Amino acid sequence: MWTILKKEVRSFLSALIAYMVMLVFLIAVGLFLWMLKGYTVFDLGVAGLDVLFQFAPLLFIFLVSAITMRSFAEEKRLGTLETLTTHPVSDWGIILGKFFAALALVVFALLPTLVYVYTIWTLGDPRGNLDTGATLGSYMGLLLLGAAFVSMGLFASVWADNQIVALIAGMALSFLWYQLLGMIGELPNLPFLSNMLEWLTLDFHYRSISRGVLDTRDIVYFASFTGLFLYFTKLKFSSRKW
Amino acid sequence: MSIQVQGLSKRYGTQWAVKELSFSTAKGDILGFLGPNGAGKSTTMKIITCFIPPTSGTISVCGYDVRKQSMQARRHVGYLPEHNPLYLDMYVREYLGFMGGLCGLKGKTLRQRVDAMIETTGLEREQHKFIAQLSKGYRQRVGLAQALIHDPDVLILDEPTSGLDPNQVVEIRELIHSLGKEKTVMLSTHIMQEVEAICNRVIIINKGELVADDRIENLRSKEQNKHAVRIQFATQVPLTVLEELGSDVHITMLQSQQWRLESNDPGLRQRASQLALRHNLEVLELVSEQNSLESIFQKLTRHVDHS
Repeated sequence: MWTILKKEVRSFLSALIAYMVMLVFLIAVGLFLWMLKGYTVFDLGVAGLDVLFQFAPLLFIFLVSAITMRSFAEEKRLGTLETLTTHPVSDWGIILGKFFAALALVVFALLPTLVYVYTIWTLGDPRGNLDTGATLGSYMGLLLLGAAFVSMGLFASVWADNQIVALIAGMALSFLWYQLLGMIGELPNLPFLSNMLEWLTLDFHYRSISRGVLDTRDIVYFASFTGLFLYFTKLKFSSRKW
Repeated sequence: MSIQVQGLSKRYGTQWAVKELSFSTAKGDILGFLGPNGAGKSTTMKIITCFIPPTSGTISVCGYDVRKQSMQARRHVGYLPEHNPLYLDMYVREYLGFMGGLCGLKGKTLRQRVDAMIETTGLEREQHKFIAQLSKGYRQRVGLAQALIHDPDVLILDEPTSGLDPNQVVEIRELIHSLGKEKTVMLSTHIMQEVEAICNRVIIINKGELVADDRIENLRSKEQNKHAVRIQFATQVPLTVLEELGSDVHITMLQSQQWRLESNDPGLRQRASQLALRHNLEVLELVSEQNSLESIFQKLTRHVDHS
């Protein structure tokens, strides 16, 4: 697993994917925080990071799918999975190696935003008046959300025959579980389902963690969600029918 | 017994790719694995290398069952798949390091193995290039180096020389030949000269079934007491005339004036020419057929086709 992880991270770096992801994420979040009228800290008049934590998940859906789209689809096309799986590495080793490599990239993308956190912290009145609990919780939530998106992206990639299909399928799947289910629940003739569907969405649990309250139920939800999609990925991968 | 295959079968949907295949190899064997396209060569190799599971049968490599002790078995096998898949965006050294790392090699040992493999496969000048920049012959060497990096006891090569130019083919063959001294090599091909040049044992399969398994010399000598002659006359000759040759001669008509005669008698060619003189027939061509591996292959694989 370790060898796979290192190789994946190195290929992210050499293919410039890592830098692109970091840059796009930083710029997009920066735009919302400081530049785009109506959203910025100055317009809202509150020295908070709510805008960041509100838009980051949507950016993640796109960026994470872009990170994971090649993981299996490209190797299937090249045929390199055949060399990989005939070496002494277990299927879980391969999948987890790719999973943690993509997750590492998510962390790389989040790290530079700490600059914004510092800036907002200095802007507070009095200086340093920032809800630390909520900020920490939100970062934690983003990380868990990233892991869930990565697992879905890998799942899409193990099924897809090419990267574009993997990208679109990954994005669709991520969005479905992030918000769409909840939106479906809001349809007028489905009142009995609405609570359940909303509870199922990633967004619901993300918001819950963002408040700064670490609820074990949310952690368990994220862990089992990610684990389940990784397990589905493993099932498809081990069938050797690509 | 480095590779032992017992009753191996593999089914894709309703089609049997390999049916009840059994064979085994010993150390020092360079085994040529032959068969027409779609005979199940690649499938068999993929099963031995633990890439896909068999439908039934037991396969072991160096004593390790490929299903139950897959990880140990993989440690003893080096595999070059058909079409030689490589990560084109990696450097040669980086790629070999990665593959060695997968086999559990680390640090100094890994570097030494990478260096040694680069030397064995003659990649010194290309070692700092991207794999994408290499020509097909050099990529093939990278594939071989990758298969050899963990010093496996068994080497499985799926069409190792396909698509190479004649010089490269010779070089790769020499390399395989020298490797065969310490390892068991199993290579698939449909080029007969290749088998004659490097292998000491041949397995021929057709439609997933074993049709021959023998040392090359034995295969040849089995065919050597058969003598075949092709004769072409200028005019049409009735069968009754040819039948005068005797009952030991098997006669087949190839074209209206061309016949193929087969017998155990080494003097068959003389007898045929004497017959022609006796009947005053004009002979355009009279050749004895070479019993090459190629004809053995054709006979064995065609025979099954007709049945």
